[in-house]
Amino acid sequence: MKMPHRPCQRAAVSLLGLLAALLPALANADYSWNFPTPVTPIARNTLHIHNEFMIIITVLFVTVFAIMIYSMIKHRKSLGHQPAKFTGPTGTVQWLWALVPFAILIFIDYILVGIPAYHAVVQMEDTKTKADMVLKVTGMQWKWQYEYPDSGIKFISTLATSRDQIANKETKGPHYLLDVDNPVVLPVGKKVRILITSTDVIHTWWVPQFGVKRDAIPGFLRETWVNIETPGTYRGQCAELCGKDHGFMPVVVHAVPEAEYLAWVDKKKNEMAAAAAGSDKTWSKDELVAAGKEVYEKQCAVCHQPNGQGMPPAFPALAGSKIVNGPLLSPEGKLIKDSHVDRVLNGKEGTAMQTFKNTLSDTELAAVITFERNSFGNTKGDLIQPALIKALR
Amino acid sequence: MSNASSLDQHAADQHGYGASHPSGILRWLTTTNHKEIGSMYLIFALIMFFVGGAMILAVRAELFQPGLQLMQPEFFNQLIGVHALVMIFAALMPAATGFANWQIPLMIGAPDMALPRINNWGFWLLPPAATLLTLPFILALFGIGDGAVATGWTLYAPLSVQGGMGVDFAIFAIHILGISSILGSINIIVTIFNLRAPGMTMMKLPLFCWGWLITAFLLIATIPVLAGAVTMLLTDRHFGTNFFNAAGGGDPILFQHLFWFFGHPEVYILLLPVWGLMPHVISTFSRKAVYGYKAQVYAFIAIGVLGVIVWAHHFLTAGLPVPALLYFMYSTMAISLPLAVLFFCWIATMWRGAMSFETPMLFALGFIVLFGMAGLTGLVLADVAADAQYHHSYFVVAHFHYALFAGGIMGVMTGVYFWLPKWTGHMVDEKLGKLHFWLTVISFNLTFMPQFFLGLAGMPRRIPDYALQFAEFNAISTVGAFILGFSQLIFAYVVWKCIRGGEKASDKVWEGTEGLEWDLPSPPPLHSWEIQPVIK
Repeated sequence: MKMPHRPCQRAAVSLLGLLAALLPALANADYSWNFPTPVTPIARNTLHIHNEFMIIITVLFVTVFAIMIYSMIKHRKSLGHQPAKFTGPTGTVQWLWALVPFAILIFIDYILVGIPAYHAVVQMEDTKTKADMVLKVTGMQWKWQYEYPDSGIKFISTLATSRDQIANKETKGPHYLLDVDNPVVLPVGKKVRILITSTDVIHTWWVPQFGVKRDAIPGFLRETWVNIETPGTYRGQCAELCGKDHGFMPVVVHAVPEAEYLAWVDKKKNEMAAAAAGSDKTWSKDELVAAGKEVYEKQCAVCHQPNGQGMPPAFPALAGSKIVNGPLLSPEGKLIKDSHVDRVLNGKEGTAMQTFKNTLSDTELAAVITFERNSFGNTKGDLIQPALIKALR
Repeated sequence: MSNASSLDQHAADQHGYGASHPSGILRWLTTTNHKEIGSMYLIFALIMFFVGGAMILAVRAELFQPGLQLMQPEFFNQLIGVHALVMIFAALMPAATGFANWQIPLMIGAPDMALPRINNWGFWLLPPAATLLTLPFILALFGIGDGAVATGWTLYAPLSVQGGMGVDFAIFAIHILGISSILGSINIIVTIFNLRAPGMTMMKLPLFCWGWLITAFLLIATIPVLAGAVTMLLTDRHFGTNFFNAAGGGDPILFQHLFWFFGHPEVYILLLPVWGLMPHVISTFSRKAVYGYKAQVYAFIAIGVLGVIVWAHHFLTAGLPVPALLYFMYSTMAISLPLAVLFFCWIATMWRGAMSFETPMLFALGFIVLFGMAGLTGLVLADVAADAQYHHSYFVVAHFHYALFAGGIMGVMTGVYFWLPKWTGHMVDEKLGKLHFWLTVISFNLTFMPQFFLGLAGMPRRIPDYALQFAEFNAISTVGAFILGFSQLIFAYVVWKCIRGGEKASDKVWEGTEGLEWDLPSPPPLHSWEIQPVIK
């Protein structure tokens, strides 16, 4: 069954030609062939292990297929090679030939790879020994909340890349999709124990340069740790499919020297005190609507859309919505079940509508509710004060 | 069996269908013949292969450049998940079952499958299931529902609890596909245990049948677990149970345990039939008997057993306790041993043979090399520490496409090129077959090799848009994917051409073949081995 080889050669040549045509365009590009520079002990260790493994599997690959290719070249029918008759090892030498590769493989699996892997696992899971501080990370559709239990700081971090850049209406910035409004700030040289959870679906917190990736599971706490060695800005992303905007919830960490970190903590505490004071003041409707628009664009517009039209059926419209245009509170000033205020505060189970009272301040909640009732053609005209939200919590 | 008498038998069977037998579409709806059902499985698989392929080409087109150009993230998420479900359940599995239907009776000297009516039902469950999977796309066009399942094929709760009616369609489809698989598996086990020709002991059973036998047991062991998991999901969605809801005492990770208890063996379910057919092809074109038959049988069994005890390596980042991490890491590494047995035997079968390189052999060799890469990257993925970097990233995407495209799809194509002359009576167009091989191998690597580097650089999987540093490799990958996709049209044409005509195939077809099926005429009569051969 001898066949001419010309057509396939021709195809191979034309394919190579296509590649050659693409090459100049691709040659100037910035390629990354390995993990990004590690900045934690875990990441350094992981990179080291990974490099070692890649060498091992490359050697295995080359050896095994060199033998195969040798055979393909030498033991051809076209060279007149006569087939041998053996169907298994016979005699000591052949048994040795057959068993030695497996001995080598067991050595690779359980000694060469297995022992460093054991130490790496133990190191990676040792979250509690000598931890200097705790950071709590909460994943939610589609943003991250960070809490510093020691100092009471708590904030939400959302994508800062504009929707126009994503829709190709604007030039993409250097940190396209990897930029947030409020980055996490951590001190360098401190062991940070990170507790991870989620409020809705499973997310995964991942910063490649930390060598750390851990799932955020609703209702459970998972943990990991980092000890960042070099100051800098480190970027990562959610790594578990978590719905529509899975690709749009980056992680950005600023690692700074301790003094700078402490200064940031003080600044953050002052900001939070100012925000808390806001809930005691009486706001005018216009103030609330203006503040609410800002909150809406950050927190709500991804699903309910900037124009309030939503994306039914998963994400209902707010414009003309029965819930939004329903009564604000009961005549006695109590929360009505499934009303607008209830929905925003407590969310709706089994949907992406989350319990916003856990993540937004009294002022933000009051503002966004007031905004929604007086926008997108909704003309309820009423308003709710932050102080009342505080009382309803 | 002499040529003359087989021709007579052939002619008699053509007419032997008789006046009472239905013709036209009813013939295909009611057929209980293993060859006709086998052909239907294979054609169905080929069609669904193109359906699933078209979905992923749309995805790759979107990923060609950063930014959203063609689709919104919701639709992107639907495409990736349905692509996987279609390729696994509606392309690869039916293709393997098609092989089983055609080949097992021919290879063991049986007149047909043991349970022909169940065989018919097993096939005809597939088209409705595939329709259910893809129907939500069409319904969404008419404003009904919000499209197909958008959770990825893994259906992880609570995302799938939150999802739209596409999830319910997928659950129902999985139930039907599962019933079909279990029926097919029962049939294969019963056939192999009961209908072997006199003298064919289990240790003389062709390796392809051994591979399928282990697959069938794995299916029966794991499909019910998947069915249970998706039923629990269904009741969580609609009947207020809390299996996967922590607030009600459940656990989202429970779903992952159940899913991957099925999902990991599923990888071997897809690959064991291919590993079974490889030795036949390699031995044929090396003109040398299979090396290490018994070793390969034991390796199949070992892989089957190990396959059901390593599942949690699919979610090593979910926060398992250290002892569990170590257990799943070391047990996963153990799989490298039986797999090494197979690689050793494949290469030892070639060693000092008299090789020639017809299309099936090219595909077999391509399979061995590329599947080798899947195996080796799988070994490093087992390592918990390194896995933290690889997991959920494009590194994993590249790894399992080396396993399931190079291992699964190219393995199936090896079988098609190898057996098609036997089934149709015509030789395959070697020029086009070789062209198809080279285009496939080159564009496959062009598509998936860059994805290893994307993963290492930190690109998560299942994202519709990406940061700028990932742009170049994604562009290359998309170019590769389109060449790969369109090259498969050659395959469809080659198959079509071979069915229609071509150089007449001899009974033996290939010079170096051995086995009962090659004693039958090409094509075999509709009813073959009515008198069972005796094996000495």
